[in-house]
Amino acid sequence: MSHGSSRLPRSAGRTAAASLPPAGLPGMDARFSRLVEVSDGGSGRPVAWHLLDNGPVLDELGVTPVGTLLCVHGNPTWSYLWRGLVAAATDAATAVAESGSESGSGSGSGDVWRVIAVDQLEMGFSERTGTERPLERRVADLSALTNTLELSGPVVTVGHDWGGVVSMGWAVDHPDELAGVVLLNTAIHQPEDRAIPWPLRLTLQRGMLGRATVATPAFLETTLALAHPPLEAEVKNGYRAPYRSADRRGGIGAFVADIPVDEQHVSWNELERIAAGVRELGVPSLMLWGPRDPIFSDTYLDDLAERMPQADIHRFEGAGHMIAEDVEYAPVVLDWLGGIHSRSLSLSKGTDPVEKLPFDELREREPSERPLWSVLDELRDSTETALVDMKPFRTVSWRLLSRRVRQLAAGLVRAGVKPGDRVSLLIPPSADLTAVLYACLRIGAVVVVADAGLGLPGLTRAVRGARPDHVIGALPGLTVARAFSWPGQKISTTTLPLPTALALGVRHSLGEVARLGADEFLPEPPAASAVAAVLFTSGSTGPAKGVVYTHAQLEAVRDALSSQYDVGVGTGLVAGFAPFALLGPALGARSVTPDMNVTSPRTLTAKATARAAAAVDASVVFLSPAALANVVATADALDASDTAALAGVHTFLSAGAPVPESLLAAAGRLMPNATPHTPYGMTEGLLMTDITLEGIRAAADDAAALPDGEHAGGVCVGRPAGSVRVRIAALDDDGMPVGAPGEQPGVTGEIVLSAPHLKQAYDRLWVTNRVADADSVPAAAGEQGERWHRTGDVGHLDSAGRLWVEGRLPHVIVTAGGVITPVGPEQRIESLLGVNRAALAGIGPRGTQQLVAVLETEPAASRPAALGDSDLVAAVRHATALDIAAVLVVASLPTDIRHNSKIDRSALSRWAEGVLSGAKLSAP
Amino acid sequence: MNVLVTGASGFLGGAVAREIARAGHEVRTFQRRPSGVDGVDDVLGSLTSQADVERAVEGMDAVVHLAAKVSLAGDPAEFEAVNVGGTRTLIAAMRRAGTGRLVFVSSPSVAHAGASIVGDDAQPADPAHARGEYARTKARAELLALGSDSESLRVVAVRPHLVWGPGDTQLIERIVERARAGRLPLLDRGAALIDTTYIDNAATAIAAALERVDEVHGNAYVITNGEPRPVAELLAGICAAAGVPAPAWSVPAGVARAAGSLIEAVWRVKPGVDEPPMTRFLAEQLSTAHWFDQRRTRAELRWQPAVSLDEGLRRLAAHYARD
Repeated sequence: MSHGSSRLPRSAGRTAAASLPPAGLPGMDARFSRLVEVSDGGSGRPVAWHLLDNGPVLDELGVTPVGTLLCVHGNPTWSYLWRGLVAAATDAATAVAESGSESGSGSGSGDVWRVIAVDQLEMGFSERTGTERPLERRVADLSALTNTLELSGPVVTVGHDWGGVVSMGWAVDHPDELAGVVLLNTAIHQPEDRAIPWPLRLTLQRGMLGRATVATPAFLETTLALAHPPLEAEVKNGYRAPYRSADRRGGIGAFVADIPVDEQHVSWNELERIAAGVRELGVPSLMLWGPRDPIFSDTYLDDLAERMPQADIHRFEGAGHMIAEDVEYAPVVLDWLGGIHSRSLSLSKGTDPVEKLPFDELREREPSERPLWSVLDELRDSTETALVDMKPFRTVSWRLLSRRVRQLAAGLVRAGVKPGDRVSLLIPPSADLTAVLYACLRIGAVVVVADAGLGLPGLTRAVRGARPDHVIGALPGLTVARAFSWPGQKISTTTLPLPTALALGVRHSLGEVARLGADEFLPEPPAASAVAAVLFTSGSTGPAKGVVYTHAQLEAVRDALSSQYDVGVGTGLVAGFAPFALLGPALGARSVTPDMNVTSPRTLTAKATARAAAAVDASVVFLSPAALANVVATADALDASDTAALAGVHTFLSAGAPVPESLLAAAGRLMPNATPHTPYGMTEGLLMTDITLEGIRAAADDAAALPDGEHAGGVCVGRPAGSVRVRIAALDDDGMPVGAPGEQPGVTGEIVLSAPHLKQAYDRLWVTNRVADADSVPAAAGEQGERWHRTGDVGHLDSAGRLWVEGRLPHVIVTAGGVITPVGPEQRIESLLGVNRAALAGIGPRGTQQLVAVLETEPAASRPAALGDSDLVAAVRHATALDIAAVLVVASLPTDIRHNSKIDRSALSRWAEGVLSGAKLSAP
Repeated sequence: MNVLVTGASGFLGGAVAREIARAGHEVRTFQRRPSGVDGVDDVLGSLTSQADVERAVEGMDAVVHLAAKVSLAGDPAEFEAVNVGGTRTLIAAMRRAGTGRLVFVSSPSVAHAGASIVGDDAQPADPAHARGEYARTKARAELLALGSDSESLRVVAVRPHLVWGPGDTQLIERIVERARAGRLPLLDRGAALIDTTYIDNAATAIAAALERVDEVHGNAYVITNGEPRPVAELLAGICAAAGVPAPAWSVPAGVARAAGSLIEAVWRVKPGVDEPPMTRFLAEQLSTAHWFDQRRTRAELRWQPAVSLDEGLRRLAAHYARD
């Protein structure tokens, strides 16, 4: 046997015995390392593997595992990759042993798992046999090893990179033992329409392969450099340990040479066999992905997700190929294992039989009785105005909008848009956006809405993560899509000159799509339980998250808005807030988006608002808080007709971020006949509670009447809207929301909500969903479930049933004296003369944090940052009655783009800690 | 109990001797000069004399050891002899006399290599990285003391940080003198958070360690007010209390940071004798945070500071107003 391809240097064929790793590699525990001799499939002679195995330690602890994790590394790593998982599983087993509880008696984290992490032959510290081991051989090798180990089920395979393929091969061949599959950045199939990733193409070039992989450590070093953040030097040395010389690196080159680039390749058929086999596995699966991977990009995740639709997926934004180093994946795997074990390890394969489904789920398999486009159908012959665009001015009748939606819907189907396809909409609020949106909903395509308020990098991350199959955009959006190589078929809102269309990769214009659908031939409407939309959070506290809504849930949003604010057919609606603008036609409202720069809500003027109100004879106006401030500031420009238009408004809403009472009152004066409301909600649940200006004042009076110290402060956001239920999960002394959610007044904790119009899930964020859905009760046969959402907001209920928001959970400060929520003290600081806006941050270790007040003054300070003077400091300490270590005055507090008001106090805390440790007093 | 307090002629030692006497113990003091503390029995002598030390320890149930050579510069051999040798001599004498309790008064600088301290609890003393002869020798002495801990000789180390108050001729007086002379600089980065200890709190904490030594021996505790403040605010507060203008001029902060030895050591330098260049040392000291996690200290010593920073400054102002 030889490396017949002769593409690898002679050193690749050298032999060497297996050995134990050297002592002292960081994170490695010698107790887990062992050598195992296995009869080699080809020759029958013994061949030795090195593996990590916590089995003997579990025996010593006297605990019995519920199953085994079989971990397979990729190229060019070794079992070192899994050291954290072996350690974490062993720690968990030790905890079980110490608590004395028998394994298997509990569920979740009480389970004991054996972990076996192999060094594949020719790799790591396993034997160098000088033998070629194409994929089929490697899968057989692994089976021979598990036979020798007499490994019986249940087994969960764990694989990374090409180890993912080998582990899936084992999984396909051992259906009786297999209980689950865990995959980290891997691939099982090369999509036909995609080139293989350029780093591999480069490595596979003639003359390149041997030099890059064997003769030099280039391939190894390149892989190690893919970690985010970079690996510590000691850890890099750990990965290098078995690959110090060309003699030791033959396996690396052979692995790369074994990538089946075409059908002639020796491993092609085996890969195809495994790729087909995974479709039949049906076992619980977990895919953990680092999207910053030049090799195993999201494309391969999509392929795997399509083959294994039952998979739980978490994309760790910011992590890459070395995901096992980039993130704390081991606790996630163990947590997930606890879940599958409690669901029983012998899960029935395939989908649940229909008769076992709960009632509401059954019903939602049918199309809705009142779908989002029902008004469009009802008013298809109406010449009344449905929509007004202000710039350029255009009115669109219900008849026209309805027809346009049907034509676009039919045309999109012909342009290749299928039910379930994701369509990213990069269109500013306009009649075009509305028509495309309803067309997509009608045909069961999933609309992806990420607004420009995320900023370009955030928007790019969001759109990539949402993996659109199609992008429909105006010219600026499409240019960006091209520049950043966003995926998906491109459709332009306008007909572009051919060279431009070619340059941007645009296949169709909306006009063409409508012509394609001129016959208005429509497919069956989607089921109520089908996914309708992915909306992105503002990303004010970390990367923006995609929030998934089904049709039934969006309909529930519509119904909640309709009943709370009495919006229906014929209501004139000024929608300066995206969700409302999009739901206008579903509500039957005559809607208009005022003329403003959507990326900068501060640009909206009073005049523009009044003109929009006049255009639709508005009775309801919805503006974001950031826009509101400028509307109030520019009120002087209003003339008599503007004033008259605003006098017709009877309901005025502002939401998205807390609205100061004074601002709401000032806006109320512009609309003298309107009741000002400020609803509380989030992208995950758009209308949760509501309060009027009068209600805010009454709540403030009630709070002031309470004895000192009995009111935690915060922003009163009123009572639950409609069928919403609000509970509080009390914070413990460490500021963690560990209490069971309850409705006791005066208890501060995480706000937990239930409503029919809550989101379905976060998109491909299994870990985040676990946390957010912790209180949900799954539906059982014949019984409805309860969907609860952990908001990440903290607050309390008062004795009148009103909800007060005290801040974000990650912004809770834990001092030696107790837990502090930021909003109450901030409000008291903001009540001081000369203070414009304040943020309370905690610095130092949780549990002994010090309080720092960071504030903007009125007028604004000229220096970017400075210590407050003694009078101000004394006033701040007095107003808050807190031991505030330092007061920092800044020229401006950093805020999010969408709301221009949310302060990331976590980032501010990091800045304050630096400044208060002696760093330069620079702007935050 | 019969308690020996060494170094009672100092600002902190005197306060500790008074506090322990107030608690009802019989107090003997030991140092070269009379302690000036009422109601105690002064034994004069040197830590470097075995005979002096044995005489002082004789008949004692417990020792609170504060005596040390405290300055920035000086003959390393002298630091070694007093701080390390003196501690060794004391422990040997205690063993011979059967004196079973030792409160070793130390300094946070024994575990400080120069970087900012942001909410840390007491770390092990580290002579290899401690900055300056004082901190190095105190670190070795603390290790020696805690290394001698046993059931028959119960040792606890307490490390008060930046002790100040009325009558302090070291820290407070030097700040005030310099401010009065217009020679107190303020860094353009004067925002580093520093925690300090008001004199009464330091004394009650050390007295608490003595009461709790049977339960907490073998451990080290940092003592502070638990009220860190920006350096600039502290200096301004002290100057205001003394009725002198607060520092108004600033020096660039581009000076190498982390000279390490703590402010307390530096600010106790004897004027004119071994004074380092003021701007340089301040620039180094005032640009790093020093504040501590006090939870373990307070829980295990069952002690709370009774005098807040603001109250301490009021008492300081009253003290200067009487002058």
